[in-house]
Amino acid sequence: MIGFSQVHKRYPGGFEALKGLTFEVAQGEMVFLTGHSGAGKSTLLKLIAAIELPSAGSVIVNGQNVGKLRRSAIPYLRRNLGLIFQDHKLLFGRTVLENVMLPLQIGGFESAEAGRRCRAALDKVGLLGREKAYPVTLSGGEQQRLCIARAIVNRPAILLADEPTGNLDSTYGDEIMELFRSFNQVGVTMLIATHDDALIGRYNARALHLHQGELVP
Amino acid sequence: MRGWLAQHRHALALTLRRLLGHPLATLFSIMVIGIALSLPAGLYVLLENLGTASGNVAAAPQLSLFLALDASRQEAMQVQARLKNHPRIRGVRFIPREQALEELKQNAGLGDVVESLPHNPLPDALVVTAKSDDPALLKQLRDELGQWPNVAHVQLDSAWAERLAALLKLGRQAVLILAALLGFALLAISGNTIRLQILTQREEIEVAKLIGATDPFIRRPFLYFGALQGLVGGAAALLLVGASLHLLNASVAELAALYGSDFRLSALSSGDSVRLLLLAAGLGWFGAYLSVARHLRLIEPR
Repeated sequence: MIGFSQVHKRYPGGFEALKGLTFEVAQGEMVFLTGHSGAGKSTLLKLIAAIELPSAGSVIVNGQNVGKLRRSAIPYLRRNLGLIFQDHKLLFGRTVLENVMLPLQIGGFESAEAGRRCRAALDKVGLLGREKAYPVTLSGGEQQRLCIARAIVNRPAILLADEPTGNLDSTYGDEIMELFRSFNQVGVTMLIATHDDALIGRYNARALHLHQGELVP
Repeated sequence: MRGWLAQHRHALALTLRRLLGHPLATLFSIMVIGIALSLPAGLYVLLENLGTASGNVAAAPQLSLFLALDASRQEAMQVQARLKNHPRIRGVRFIPREQALEELKQNAGLGDVVESLPHNPLPDALVVTAKSDDPALLKQLRDELGQWPNVAHVQLDSAWAERLAALLKLGRQAVLILAALLGFALLAISGNTIRLQILTQREEIEVAKLIGATDPFIRRPFLYFGALQGLVGGAAALLLVGASLHLLNASVAELAALYGSDFRLSALSSGDSVRLLLLAAGLGWFGAYLSVARHLRLIEPR
């Protein structure tokens, strides 16, 4: 599903964020990505979503070499990914429902079908009934769950989460991890970046450890 | 197909929301576009009116033949007979000097002046309609008839109309140049409002790109915005021109009455109005397109 081979990422200025990464994530797998901040976790996720391009090596997602994609093909790659951000990246000028609706509008869904899917996604994350609220009135945990609802509304095969529990206290964090586990149980491939080692211990999942841009056992 | 329609509906809804979200800014841009377009449109209407006013006269291939003052009525009849037999002349109308004086009295409001004249200063006249309206042939005919005995003067009635037509042509070219310049202004206005929009929507564009929006999807609402702004600006220009003509027509009626005419300025034709609206919308769209193409690539999620 996701394959890295000898991937290097050097930023302008010479900083080497990733050095010779090689690994695979199989379909339906749930994998944690750990390491201190600055270890390269975010960069790795950005390479999968073609937000950054590798300096060397190849990143294969769904059989496509992401680094070699034409500019016009990148949106279609991203539609197969659900992206969950630490800073949520919600649109504060739009309601909860409109935020969740955005990926479907981009995909050109009909409004009736889109409305059904949005309500299903909001129900999944426990925000049904808040459709007309604006994100600014939601708590941090609710904003994170709204971000998750937006990521899953398109029913992507792969979910990428960057520090999804980073700003939340542990009760909220556990709720979100439970959500992820339920997605994984219906076959979604999950890659979750976190610096919280305690979290990984509680789940029976593979972990990739990054240290200064390299994989360590 | 349905998805495509849904996307366009979405873009249009977003555009309207952005337009109505900043009513004052929207109003100002529309007024600027309206004024910029109303200048060439207004001048064009005035020229068209002048054209129709002169057009009635300009087309007729007519010559006026003035006889010598001492020519007798019998001699005048001889000239008329000779004209009737001329191969290049279609028709002849005789205007006796008494009738000419009478017409002058009634038409030009010079009754008192004419009354005070000791004798009739006008000659007998013949109005000749030529078969051809080729200016070169008409001039040749004028020179030929001028040589005839008892003919004092031949005047080609289309000469002044030709000059007016040349002037009108010059005016039309000036309007074209003005329209081209102000068209560029419209492009710039549209491009600039879109640039500001893109900057304020930066965050939204980034997020949309992150969740798989294609460039056309992001571009679409901005293009709609440009076209719609241009269209409404064009409508404002039509309103401005219409209102100005309405105001002017009161004075025109007064002026025309003094000349014994019921001439009025006519408004922009519906065909021209539609063309103006389409052109305004098209220019607005194009200005938006140029701006979006330039600025959208600079916004990439990081």
